[in-house]
Amino acid sequence: MSAAEEVVAEGHQAVEAVPKRAMTLGTGTSLAVLAVLLVAPVFVKNFIIFQMTMLLIYGLAVLALNILTGGSGQFSLGQSAFYAVGAYTTAVLMEHFNVNYALTLPIAGVVCFAFGFLFGQPALRLSGVYLALATFALATAMPQLLKLNFLEHWTGGVQGLVVTKPDAPFGLPISQDMWLYYFTLVVTIAIYIFSVNLLRSRSGRAFMAIRDNEIAASAMGVDVALYKTLAFGVSAAITGIAGSLGAIAVQFVAPDSYTITLAISLFLGMVVGGVGWLPGSIVGAAFIIFVPNIAEGISKGLSGAVFGVLLFLVIYLVPHGARQIAIVGQQLAGKLRKN
Amino acid sequence: MELFTNQVLAGIATGAIYACMALAVVMIYQAIDHLNFAQGEMAMFSTFISWQLMQWGVPYWAAFVITLALSFVGGIAIERILFKPLAKAPVLTNVAGFIALFAIINSSAGLIWDFTIKQYPTPFGSAPFLGSQLISTHQAGMIGVTLLLLVGLYFFFQYTRIGLAMRAAASLPESARLVGINTSWMIALGWGMAAAIGSIAGMLIAPVVFLEPNMMGGVLIYGFAAAVLGGLSSPFGAVVGGFLVGIFENLAGTYIPGVGNELKLPIALALIISVLVVKPAGLFGRHIVKRV
Repeated sequence: MSAAEEVVAEGHQAVEAVPKRAMTLGTGTSLAVLAVLLVAPVFVKNFIIFQMTMLLIYGLAVLALNILTGGSGQFSLGQSAFYAVGAYTTAVLMEHFNVNYALTLPIAGVVCFAFGFLFGQPALRLSGVYLALATFALATAMPQLLKLNFLEHWTGGVQGLVVTKPDAPFGLPISQDMWLYYFTLVVTIAIYIFSVNLLRSRSGRAFMAIRDNEIAASAMGVDVALYKTLAFGVSAAITGIAGSLGAIAVQFVAPDSYTITLAISLFLGMVVGGVGWLPGSIVGAAFIIFVPNIAEGISKGLSGAVFGVLLFLVIYLVPHGARQIAIVGQQLAGKLRKN
Repeated sequence: MELFTNQVLAGIATGAIYACMALAVVMIYQAIDHLNFAQGEMAMFSTFISWQLMQWGVPYWAAFVITLALSFVGGIAIERILFKPLAKAPVLTNVAGFIALFAIINSSAGLIWDFTIKQYPTPFGSAPFLGSQLISTHQAGMIGVTLLLLVGLYFFFQYTRIGLAMRAAASLPESARLVGINTSWMIALGWGMAAAIGSIAGMLIAPVVFLEPNMMGGVLIYGFAAAVLGGLSSPFGAVVGGFLVGIFENLAGTYIPGVGNELKLPIALALIISVLVVKPAGLFGRHIVKRV
């Protein structure tokens, strides 16, 4: 085990190759899901509408991680930091500068893009567990940085900031929760379409080429450094927008809402939804929002253990996440059509 | 200058904790090629078992040996029952499995032994070591045990048949299988050893940080950082990394203005990342050359 000895290892990949056509849903299924998302809030209580809003928001954050990991093959445990930056950008702009909530979203996106792009620079040198550690460091540092004294005037320190919930515009006769839900839904759909198209574009193909084989990609003329940092930037921007929406929905930002636990939840959401399968993000988000509640319902004292057991069940039954179910479903549908 | 020496000594004392944990992390990384997020919780659970044994009147060293044996068996059992079925699943699914294991162990320990903080005895006493106020005999003993463990592991891997077989199974599984090594059981053995080393780390750390279900949270992070800094392929590097992280942390807390206890961890991590940017395989890690 001498230190200088060099070892030749087979280049096995951490993230399996997902063909780009397998990353999305068919048009029919997409429209059906969209219809459910559009109609559902009319029939349920405000609290459930709030939960559905959070579902979309976490879905966006999981989607962002999916672009980074499933798309470009880079691993991140630091998504909570980008989420926090987005949330704080919105909160500070709304409360200190009276900027309209809708306008803060693109600003948060741009700020987070820059942040992610810059963070991607040193991360270029690292991969696998080393990258995991670097992003992990970012996630643990973020709540402490937000508490720093000289930022307290803007961030409110440990206390955080209270965000005002926007009213429905044009005098629409719907509740604040419902308006926010539809607003979030529109943003989510826009970002989903953007992401699908991004992964189908030249840049998306470059991401996937890097994921599957970095050396081959650079031999084909893909600027590996640029696209890797770009993937970080895009992922951070989408996470930041999710963070902004989250701040508006929860009406409150505080450093301790954005700890490493959030980053781990997002990671679990991605695995449960299926790495590299964009529509799975919403399934993953549902898992990380509802399963802890279900676990708590089954046993208060052992909620952690119940959650762990449920998670184990899911990964035993479908190691590839919800994508596996979708593939099986598609095959069944195909068979039925033939008969 | 005296402040500096004192802080370095204090850093070595806390570093010993991290070194212990880092050693366990590297052990399992060698065997299974993943970082086990539940490692700290496994160590915590082992420590609780030894505490329970002592509550029942078993003397310290007997409890120590029994816990070691139970942890070894427990580690193997976890691998056989929970993780062997996931051997063919994607890496990220395995990581999710570690997180699930973390939640299960943490919450069960909380239910069995509740979340109150408990005193844990030390076999080395807690008098000042060689007249120094900064290092107690317990901490000196902890450093001693860590170094002993390191030497023991070195001989195990370098000079025993089974150590060689484990190294072979980890570095080139297919070739190892061809020469008749049961690679699947080597992985289980790696889990068992990692659990046993973890239990030693837990029992040595518990007198310092006190016994409770969340005692390992912070320690494990430093242990990971130490292992990565030293190089994940080198047990020696892990121990050196552990001491370095301990020293970093203390010096940063003392000399950089505005760094309270809160910012110690981010600064230590930032330093480690700057080291990794220059040496991506860690200080003592082997550079892995990929076959194209």
